[in-house]
Amino acid sequence: MTNERASVKTLSRAALTKRLVQSLKHDEAVIGGIGNANFDLFGAGHRPQNFYMLGSMGLACPIALGVALAQPERGVIALEGDGSILMGLGCLATIANLKPRNLTIVIWDNGIYQITGKQMAATGGATDIVAVARGAGIAAGEWVRDEAHFDKLIARRFEDGGPVLLAAKIDDEPGKVQTVRDPSLIRNRFMKGLGTSRGGVLDV
Amino acid sequence: MTWSDILLGILKDNDVRLVTYVPDNVLTPLIKGATADNYFMSVGATREDEAIGAVTGAYMAGLRGVVMMQTSGFALLANALASLVMPYQIPAVMVISERGTLGEFNIGQSLVARTMRPTLDALGIVHHTLTDEATMPFIVDNSIKQAFSTQAPVAFILSPLLTGGNPAARANLRR
Repeated sequence: MTNERASVKTLSRAALTKRLVQSLKHDEAVIGGIGNANFDLFGAGHRPQNFYMLGSMGLACPIALGVALAQPERGVIALEGDGSILMGLGCLATIANLKPRNLTIVIWDNGIYQITGKQMAATGGATDIVAVARGAGIAAGEWVRDEAHFDKLIARRFEDGGPVLLAAKIDDEPGKVQTVRDPSLIRNRFMKGLGTSRGGVLDV
Repeated sequence: MTWSDILLGILKDNDVRLVTYVPDNVLTPLIKGATADNYFMSVGATREDEAIGAVTGAYMAGLRGVVMMQTSGFALLANALASLVMPYQIPAVMVISERGTLGEFNIGQSLVARTMRPTLDALGIVHHTLTDEATMPFIVDNSIKQAFSTQAPVAFILSPLLTGGNPAARANLRR
């Protein structure tokens, strides 16, 4: 089996994250995985439906799955690094079997653990994360060929079915900003954004 | 009513609809009962931390959930609890079937069981060991209400005194 990763364009995570955020029109929930994935999400401009992970490496997709199950009419997007998804590949099998049509997973694949010193990840070697996802049962798994292809893939509709996993080969640029490190505030604001906060008058 | 029916009934009374689990012998009646009941949304996870992640996301999106697991599975959770559930103040409900004690043949189970309560205590997570059907309704119902009222997780440890333990494990005990 050939690794499709070798044939796609190397893209910018920060630029694609901005394109993604600008394309959101229906208050979609976005879960930013630990590290650069959520730094760039934060850097693209905060929105009430963003959730930023400050730990629990590998759990962006399970968290997004939970949101998707609880609110099946809302689009939910998980942004996760390749090193992070490698830590919990089992969730791809769980998601494939549950088939949440409103869930999109975006894997930022630079083939390295950028944030810990650029050590090589398995994805920088023999492992093709899209092939892994397809093998897990996520039929709609695709490598992002370029920016225009990303725009097209991200604009999919629920009727097309799901879940979807997109992998973008990205460069080794670190995130430029740091997310505000206040987990209870992040959770509270996210819940307000999803209409589930119990804050009531405190939420003004 | 059996302990598993009682527990599922209390989950219902408290609007805990998402039942996530990693399978276990002792949990079988709970898992069967939840999957057979349309009230519940049942999710079989591949790992316990994955289930914690799903319950976290679901809670924030308005759906209450529980994670069911075995003692050894709880041992996978330290990071998910310390860096997600606790700092983000997620009222995750955990149901842990207790292996490793009162008739365990597997040394690995008996050793990993020793990490469970110290881990819960180190993180300050409220936990209750359920030993009988008479007291469990009061403990479980009130503790779930406390968890959601105070934005804090809670763990219920199902003692072999309550469940009878794992018959397969006992059958392997040496005389």
